[in-house]
Amino acid sequence: MSAIIEAVDLAYRYPDGTEALRGLTFSIQAGETVAIVGANGAGKSTLLHHLNGTVTPARGTLAIDGLPLTGAHLVEIRRRVGMVFQDPDDQLFMPTVAEDVGFGPRNLGLPPDEVEARVQGALALVEALALGPKPPYRLSAGEKRRVAIATALAMEPAILVMDEPTSGLDPRSRRQLCRLLKAFEFTKIIATHDLDLVLDLCPRTLVIHGGLIMADGPTLEIFRDEDLLATCHLEKPLSMQGCPVCGG
Amino acid sequence: MPPGPESFLHFGTLDALAAGDSPVHRLDPRAKVLATGLFILTVASFGRYEVAALLPFALFPAALMALGGIPAAFIGRRALAALPFVLLLAAFNPLLDRAPMLTLGPLGVSGGWVSFASILLRFLLTVGSALVLVATTSLDGVCLGLEKLGLPRAFTQQVAFLHRYAFVLGAETVRIHRARTLRAFGRKVSPREFAALAGQLLLRAWDRAGRVHVAMLSRGFTGHLPARRPLRWKGSDLLFTACCAALFGALRLWSLPRFLGNLAAHAFTGGRP
Repeated sequence: MSAIIEAVDLAYRYPDGTEALRGLTFSIQAGETVAIVGANGAGKSTLLHHLNGTVTPARGTLAIDGLPLTGAHLVEIRRRVGMVFQDPDDQLFMPTVAEDVGFGPRNLGLPPDEVEARVQGALALVEALALGPKPPYRLSAGEKRRVAIATALAMEPAILVMDEPTSGLDPRSRRQLCRLLKAFEFTKIIATHDLDLVLDLCPRTLVIHGGLIMADGPTLEIFRDEDLLATCHLEKPLSMQGCPVCGG
Repeated sequence: MPPGPESFLHFGTLDALAAGDSPVHRLDPRAKVLATGLFILTVASFGRYEVAALLPFALFPAALMALGGIPAAFIGRRALAALPFVLLLAAFNPLLDRAPMLTLGPLGVSGGWVSFASILLRFLLTVGSALVLVATTSLDGVCLGLEKLGLPRAFTQQVAFLHRYAFVLGAETVRIHRARTLRAFGRKVSPREFAALAGQLLLRAWDRAGRVHVAMLSRGFTGHLPARRPLRWKGSDLLFTACCAALFGALRLWSLPRFLGNLAAHAFTGGRP
């Protein structure tokens, strides 16, 4: 089986000289759910921006589904990689939710009926059908997040990439989102600080620190390695820590 | 709910109105753009002292508002928002042009005041009809119509994006203003502080626009906003445009109020001069 994401020695330096990525090599198979964890400024978001070519690596290569990340394949790669950004407000800019979800499919040049079907399908998947005619700025944070995911799903991507999908959500919205994400069967890449979410959703974890991959393996093993977590400024997920009340 | 960008610029309401459905909404954007363009040209073509002949032109925006379910109060309020600019333009007319032109009872009215009224009326008619156009067509629809009528795409896309980014800028402005108000304790903005705030606003909006652009690229954006529905020019569109053109032409050639006035005078005097 060939890898759906294949990165070799990926490096990136910001124009101000900050070295965000310093040579990452990893491969992800189709259907995997992989977490990317790391402290603030570790390079998570920079890595995500590489995955659909909005940032071009300074060194190294990246291939999505066998397509090398070059100008000629950008449109195809962006169709296959659905991106959900950290701030849903950046993603939702059309007058209504339905139009926003239809933005991607219309860019693909699909006929109006097909666009409509995709919009309805994607909104149904995130349990947001009723939000269709609403303007995005009237939604709650949880609703915005689900609609932002729908905008990516409407492109029928092979890979769903999410940056901090649970930030700013109340516990119930967070749980609803977890349940939805669990049901999606395609490849998922989730960059997050919510390690409980990782424990719940992602069998595999990549730990990034200082622009390097510090660990890549089964999530449970990584979260049990206290030295590794301490080096990378991470803490065990709450569900793996002792109870603060009963000490159990 | 905290004041959102929509309470700041009211574009949201225009968009909401444009999402409605009515015979006017269903017309092809090109028909409405053409009719409104003709309307504005005709209104602008009258002499500077014309007032009475302009009045019947209010029929056009009024009819569109009535048929399209657009609240007149909303259009009126939006139009008034631009009034200060026009007042500034027209304010000098009464001062510069003092030649008496007509008498209303004991009051002599100078040419300046007549042209002042004329400018104001024209302003209300043109801005009102443009707002009605957007409220029944949506700005994206207007842009699409203009593009199909031969306006360069670079221009129409600029307008469409300006509209989108206005929200971004509006939202940032509201945030900065709120953050300042919380710690300003009623102190007024000093010029120095204003400069800092404006710079901050530009940088923030710039960053935000960059992120929005990346999000658009991620969804296959290739440089132009695709049409929601392909346009279809129907018989009713032709009829609408032709009727509007005929009406404007007739109102331009023959002044309806003067005609009615003459008619009344004729009836009154029994045909004697």
